[in-house]
Amino acid sequence: MKSKFMPKLLIMAVVLLAANSHAALRVFACEPEWKALAEVIAGSHVKAVSATNALQDPHYVQARPSLIASTRKADLLICSGADLEVGWLPLLLRKANNRKLQPGSPGFLIASDFVTRLDKATSLDRSRGDQHALGNPHIQTDPRNFIPVARELTRRLAQIDPDNAQGYQQGLSAFEAQWNEAIAQWEQRADPLRGKTVVLYHQSWVYLDSWLGLVEVATLENKPGVPPSGAHLNSLLAQLKENPAALIIRTPYQNPKPAEWLSKQTGIPQAVLPFTVGGSAEAHDLYGLFDSTINILLEKAGLSDEP
Amino acid sequence: MKYRLALWLFVLSFLPTLASADTASADPDLQAIRAELDAMKAQYELRIGRLEQRLEAAEQELAQQPAHSELSSQPVYAVAAPPAEARSDYASASSQYNPAIGVILNGAARAYSNDPEDHSIPGFPAGGESGLADEGLTLGESEFVFTSNVDDWFYGQVTMAVEAEDGDFETSLEEAFLDTLNMPGGTALRFGRFYSSVGYLNNKHLHTWAFADQALPYSAFMGGQYGDDGLQARWLAPTDLYLELGAEVFRGSNYPAAGDADNGFGTKAVFAKFGGDVGMSNSWAAGVSWLGAKAKDRDSGDEDAPIEFSGDSDTYIADLVWKWAPNGNIRDRNLIFQAEYMWREENGDYLLPDGQFLPSIDNDASGWYAQLIYQWQPRWRVGLRMDGLQLDDGDRAFAGSELDDLGDDPRRYSLMFDYSHSEFSRIRVQYNRDETGLRNSDQITVQYIMSIGAHGGHEF
Repeated sequence: MKSKFMPKLLIMAVVLLAANSHAALRVFACEPEWKALAEVIAGSHVKAVSATNALQDPHYVQARPSLIASTRKADLLICSGADLEVGWLPLLLRKANNRKLQPGSPGFLIASDFVTRLDKATSLDRSRGDQHALGNPHIQTDPRNFIPVARELTRRLAQIDPDNAQGYQQGLSAFEAQWNEAIAQWEQRADPLRGKTVVLYHQSWVYLDSWLGLVEVATLENKPGVPPSGAHLNSLLAQLKENPAALIIRTPYQNPKPAEWLSKQTGIPQAVLPFTVGGSAEAHDLYGLFDSTINILLEKAGLSDEP
Repeated sequence: MKYRLALWLFVLSFLPTLASADTASADPDLQAIRAELDAMKAQYELRIGRLEQRLEAAEQELAQQPAHSELSSQPVYAVAAPPAEARSDYASASSQYNPAIGVILNGAARAYSNDPEDHSIPGFPAGGESGLADEGLTLGESEFVFTSNVDDWFYGQVTMAVEAEDGDFETSLEEAFLDTLNMPGGTALRFGRFYSSVGYLNNKHLHTWAFADQALPYSAFMGGQYGDDGLQARWLAPTDLYLELGAEVFRGSNYPAAGDADNGFGTKAVFAKFGGDVGMSNSWAAGVSWLGAKAKDRDSGDEDAPIEFSGDSDTYIADLVWKWAPNGNIRDRNLIFQAEYMWREENGDYLLPDGQFLPSIDNDASGWYAQLIYQWQPRWRVGLRMDGLQLDDGDRAFAGSELDDLGDDPRRYSLMFDYSHSEFSRIRVQYNRDETGLRNSDQITVQYIMSIGAHGGHEF
C-alpha cells in the first residue's frame, strides 16, 4: 500500500512545483548586472537570480548545488561569456539537465556575443597568465554595451514567452530612451577624467577606460589572474614614483592589501569601483552602478562636481 | 603585413655591418647608431602594429555595415556595435571542433619508515587499485582527458591514464562515457565506462583529491574507486533545495564486484544527493547511496596467493561536504570540511589461499574518514585527515588468515600542505602516521599535479 502511494505523492508534488514555477519566466544570470537588466526590461514578468554577487570573483565560482538547482529551473540564461565563466558554467549546464539552456537554444544568451569585444589575445600561452582568447569579458563597465544586449535579451524573451512580447518591447523602448539620456549625462560629468592615468588591479576595466578615455599605465597583477607578487609591486612602486598615475582602481572582490599598500607608498588615491550592481551602496541598480562609478572616480581624482 | 616585411628587410640589411662592428671594436659611434636603429625599429613596430589594428577595426566595421543600416533609425554605438550575425564562440577557441584535450601530469617522491611490500591491513585484504604506492621517485598516473559535445544530444568524455609499472607503461581507460544533453523533465542518462556516482569521492579523479592518497574506506571497500561499464539514469528535482536521484547498473567486472555476474549486469547502485547554501558564505552537499555488487571468484590480498570470494557485497555510504568562503568568494580564503561513512556487508563463500573453504560467511565492516582543508591565503592550503576501518564482528572463522583483523582497528592520520602557483599547478607535501598495519609507519610524500591544455571546472 505504502509503496503505491509514495510515487503518486511524489508526482503530485512535482506537478505542484512545476505549476508554481510557471508564474513568471525564470532568468538565471551569471552576473548581477544581467539580472538587473532582465528586471528592468521585463519587470514582474520574470523572476531573476544571479549566480554571483558583487563581492565574488566571477572567474572563480564553484558549480555549487544551489546553482545547479536554480539552473535546472531557469527558462533563460544570460552570462557575460568570453570564457569568464568557463570554469563553472559548462559544468553547471551539464549537471542541471535543462535542455532549454543548451548552447544554440533561445534560452542560452551570451551577452558579450553582441558587443565588440576588446583585448583579444592574439597568441596564447599559459605562462602569460589567464589570457582571454575571446577578448575581455568585463563588458558591463561601459554602459553603451547594455543597449545591444538589452535588444537581444528582449528578442529572446519574446521568443520564449510570446504572450508578453509587447510588454518586453515596451520595457526595452523605455529603457533605451532613459539609458541613452543617462549615458549623455555620465559622459558630460566624466569629461574632466579624460586622459587621466590609472593603475588597475586586473584588466577588469578596459571597457570603462575606452568609454571615459582613461589611460591604463599598469596592472597590480603582473599576469592576468596571477595574484600580485612582492617583486612586481616593488617595480610598480619605482615606476609610479617616477611617473605617478592619477588613480589606482580595483573591484570590491579583489584583495585590498596590494592596492592599499601601493596607495600608501605612492600617495596615489585608491578608487574601489562597484564593478557591478551591488558593488557599492549607491549601485543598487544599473543607473546607480554608473552614478556610483563616476562619483567615486571624480571624488578620488579630486574633481568632484558635487556641491 | 607588407610594410612590416619591407621594414624588416631594411633592418636586416644592416645586420652584417653591425656584426662586423661587434667583432672589430666597440666603436662608440657604431653603438650609438645601433641604439638609434633599435629605437627606430621599436617605434616602427609600434606604429605598424597600431596601423594594423586600425585597419582591422575598419575592416570589421565595414563588415558590419548591413547590421548598422538596419538600425539606421537608432543611434549607432561605436563600441557596442553588434556583430552582423551573433556567433556564439562561447565554447572557447581551443575546442571549436576538436575535442578539448587536457593532460594531467602527476608524480611524487615518497619515503616510508617500513617497507611498503610488507604492508597489509589485517582483516582488509587489498582489492582493485588499492595498496601503498612505490617508494622513491615515481611518475604517477598521467591522465589524458578528451571532452566534447558529440551533437546537440550527447556529450562525450574520455579519460585515459598511463602509469609506469615495473619499467613498463600501463594504459588504462578510466572513463569513456556519454551524457545526454536534451532529455526532458530534468532527467539525464550516462552510459559507457565511468566511475559510479555513489558517495562523494568515488567519481573524483585523482588530481582533484586533497591528499596524495585515497581515503581508507575507498581503498578497502571500493578498490580505490569503483568504475565499470554501465548505465546511469538521474533526475534533478525542480526545487530550490538541490535534490538529485540516480540509479545505475554496471557490468560487474571490477572490485568489489567480479566475474560479470547476472549475465553482465552484476552491480546495481542508487543514490540521492542534496545540497544548498546557508547564507552567502556557506554551502553544503550531502548524499546517501547503496552499491550492490555481485562477486564471482573475486581475488583480494596477496597477488600470488589471493583469497577468493563469491557472493554479495553491499555497501552503504553517507557523505557530507561543507564549504565556507567569506561572502562566497573562494579566491582568497576558504575552508572545506568533508566526511564519509561506509558500511559494507559481504555474504558468501571464501576460499582461503591454504585451500580452506568457508561457506556462507557474513563479513560486515565499516570505514570512515573526515578531513578539513583550509586555504588561508591565495595559493596556500593546509589539510588534516583522519581515516579508519573496523570489522564489525570479526568472524572467528577467519582466525589466522588475512581476513582476521587481529583485534586491531586500522587508523591513519594525515597532514598536508599544498601550494598552487596558478590554478593549473600544485605542489604538495604530505605526512601520514599510518597505524593500519602490523607495525606503525611514518610516510612522507612530495607530489606535483600539473594540468596542461583544456581543463574544465571541478564539481563541488
